[in-house]
Amino acid sequence: MSEATAAVDAHPGGPRLTQLLPIDAIRIGETAADWRAAVRLAGDALVASGVTTPAYTDQMVATVEQLGPYIVIAPGIALAHSRPSPAVLRAGISLVTLLEPVAFGHRENDPVRLVIGLAAVDEEGHITALSTLAEFLSDETRREGLIGAGNADEVARMVRSFEESRAADTPPVDPAARSKGETS
Amino acid sequence: MKILAVCGMGLGTSLILRMNAEKALKQLGIEADVEVSDMGSARALAATADLILTSEELAEQLGPVKPKVVTISNFIDLNEMVTKLKAAIG
Repeated sequence: MSEATAAVDAHPGGPRLTQLLPIDAIRIGETAADWRAAVRLAGDALVASGVTTPAYTDQMVATVEQLGPYIVIAPGIALAHSRPSPAVLRAGISLVTLLEPVAFGHRENDPVRLVIGLAAVDEEGHITALSTLAEFLSDETRREGLIGAGNADEVARMVRSFEESRAADTPPVDPAARSKGETS
Repeated sequence: MKILAVCGMGLGTSLILRMNAEKALKQLGIEADVEVSDMGSARALAATADLILTSEELAEQLGPVKPKVVTISNFIDLNEMVTKLKAAIG
């Protein structure tokens, strides 16, 4: 087993999605004039939940300016993020749905209706939460339900019920982690 | 076999790539380690990898590398991952 994988096994993968995505980090039916404004909404939501300072929002915008719109990871979904920095106070996730889709300049996955903001303090502390979110969004019915949600409470409920159902039938991230005796 | 999932920062997009790749490999019955990397270290790490997974855009920025590069457009679509991994290594 490689060093990187072993490191993940030794790490519990961090808090659950519901712990990293509080209700005040969920914004529903927002309006953004362009991709920068859309990323800023996700950044504002991270600031509002006490996870980052506004400087991190600038860093997320700068990441797209430097590396391009590869953060549009799936049709309609952008994962806005940058590196760990002093502007990140702790790991956290925000979620913004847009009333009108916004173009990020991605060849295949434009336009974006859902912007996820991710703030990380290291490479691993957000794995469990991000994995749950990716799994949630991989199902079209769940994805459309989230994008069409009327308010943040509805989204929080969807996420919580998905997380509970997932916890009931799958191990947390990596089966190898379980066999290594995480209870110790 | 060693697979390198590459994204800009090595902690967001590439993690999602790795999760999806691990699911796809399990489904295909292929044994492989999937590691993540940012763009900065990718070229050096590519020397010891058998396959690189990244987006089309980042693949262009990465330029020519030794291992085969598989580009993914929908990072959460298991079918795309399975199909492309199967074509590349299956």
